Amino acid sequence: MKKLINKPDEVVKEELQGIELAHADIVKVHYDPNYVVRVDAPVKGKVGLLSGGGSGHEPMHGGFVGMGMLDAACPGAVFTSPTPDQMLEATKAVDGGAGVLHIVKNYTGDIMNFEMAADLAKAEGIEVEAVVVDDDVAVKDSLYTAGRRGVGLTVLMEKLVGAAAEEGRSLKEVADLARKINSQGRSMGMALTSCTVPHAGKPTFDLPEDEMEIGIGIHGEPGRTRMKIKPADEVTEMLMTPIIEDLPFKSGDQVLLFVNGMGGTPLIELYIVYRKAVEIAEKHGLKVVRKLIGPYITSLEMAGASITMLKMDDDLIKLWDAPVKTAGMRWGV
Amino acid sequence: MVITRDEVLSWLQAYIQVISKNMEYLTELDSAIGDADHGANMNRGFQAVLAKMPSMEDKDVGTILKTVGMTLLSTVGGAGGPLYGTFFIQAGTKLAGKMELTLADWAAAVEAATNGVINRGKASVGDKTMIDALTPAVEVLNEAVRLDLSVSEGLRKSAEAAENGMKSTIPLVARKGRASYLGERSAGHQDPGATSSFLLLDTAAKVWANNL
Repeated sequence: MKKLINKPDEVVKEELQGIELAHADIVKVHYDPNYVVRVDAPVKGKVGLLSGGGSGHEPMHGGFVGMGMLDAACPGAVFTSPTPDQMLEATKAVDGGAGVLHIVKNYTGDIMNFEMAADLAKAEGIEVEAVVVDDDVAVKDSLYTAGRRGVGLTVLMEKLVGAAAEEGRSLKEVADLARKINSQGRSMGMALTSCTVPHAGKPTFDLPEDEMEIGIGIHGEPGRTRMKIKPADEVTEMLMTPIIEDLPFKSGDQVLLFVNGMGGTPLIELYIVYRKAVEIAEKHGLKVVRKLIGPYITSLEMAGASITMLKMDDDLIKLWDAPVKTAGMRWGV
Repeated sequence: MVITRDEVLSWLQAYIQVISKNMEYLTELDSAIGDADHGANMNRGFQAVLAKMPSMEDKDVGTILKTVGMTLLSTVGGAGGPLYGTFFIQAGTKLAGKMELTLADWAAAVEAATNGVINRGKASVGDKTMIDALTPAVEVLNEAVRLDLSVSEGLRKSAEAAENGMKSTIPLVARKGRASYLGERSAGHQDPGATSSFLLLDTAAKVWANNL
């Protein structure tokens, strides 16, 4: 697998060096432990917002640090949860005296590392709350799994909660908002190819030329089912149906429709999917009031797409429209 | 018969090599039912432990193992970091101040370490995790102490139990961690965490049983 890197061991460090050069007006990068933080942190009196996860999902999360979104993000090794010392230092760096909210995607590693960090931060007197994102309908949420994964909804949550924090809402209000968002958003993804982790040198799984994987996560791990590839409209149907049925979304609901590229799928194809997704949504009586299309939560060079739908209301629409200035998302400024 | 502090250091040095040699193998196991990072993560963590070895040489066993745990916690990441970090920190806490270990000391430490992993990760035997290798080994170690077996025999039997436990993960459907997203598709593959745990205990048996 061809990659545009130097040594696998240096990938994350070199990426961070590129980020700090490219976006010096928005973020600073701290090394050992690694985290990306907004230039004006800590913002006094504002709830600090922290997330993090394995690298390889860019622009998430480092690309979402800045005004109106995250205050800091902790990057782990590729597809590997970051460590407690990263989150502890980042929590201290963004503590503006109004508490800090951790947005944690539901993966075993993320949960444990963030939990340990929160314990350490609380022991130092910082008020920390954590919210778990688990929007993926592909995984059965049962006693017999690690639970639903946190995927596309994470991006929407970081924007919406970021705006709420910027407005000056309290830690409790911001945490409650995050939990509300988590309860009314659903996602599902698919892949046309796997991806190659720098160290592994070859794709995490082999997908024959004429097959696709439905129900994938964001770490190159195999999905739930493999089948012969179908046209985009049928694939879109296969993603939208479980999303709509799971919440369930009901006729009359206002929704934010997010068609995400996994990294290796071009915009031309995402727009084809978006057009069909809107048609399906409207057929179910849903009103698409906002949208997001593009590679926002990726899996290196995996070809594929995911769809996220979030039930909206006036407050969420206002928070979505609020100004944001980050490397990966920018409007109203 | 005792295991000295220096033999504990030898064990760690040997395991660092074992992880380095098995990095590709662990990666392959983790590709089948995970995200292909277990080999690299463990190697990164244990290379960091290697760098700390000179500063640990004159310390007691408890301090050494706690230092290993803290190092792993801040370098491995993923689920392995907190779990192996907790394993070594708990073992180290149990062996605080000790310069040599009896079989009973070792059994108590591995039991405390395994309980720590269970508390943090909430896995049970049969979930297809490192616990499937560790729990049988703990049972055998405790039995060996009860029967007053030699250190060598106790170590060898516990390594065997860990090996059987590791192999027992092959047909299991994963109920924890990333493998659990695959459902039935996780069956037929050996768990990477159970493999690295087996190697830990196997290396201890090979290094210590040979010296006694």
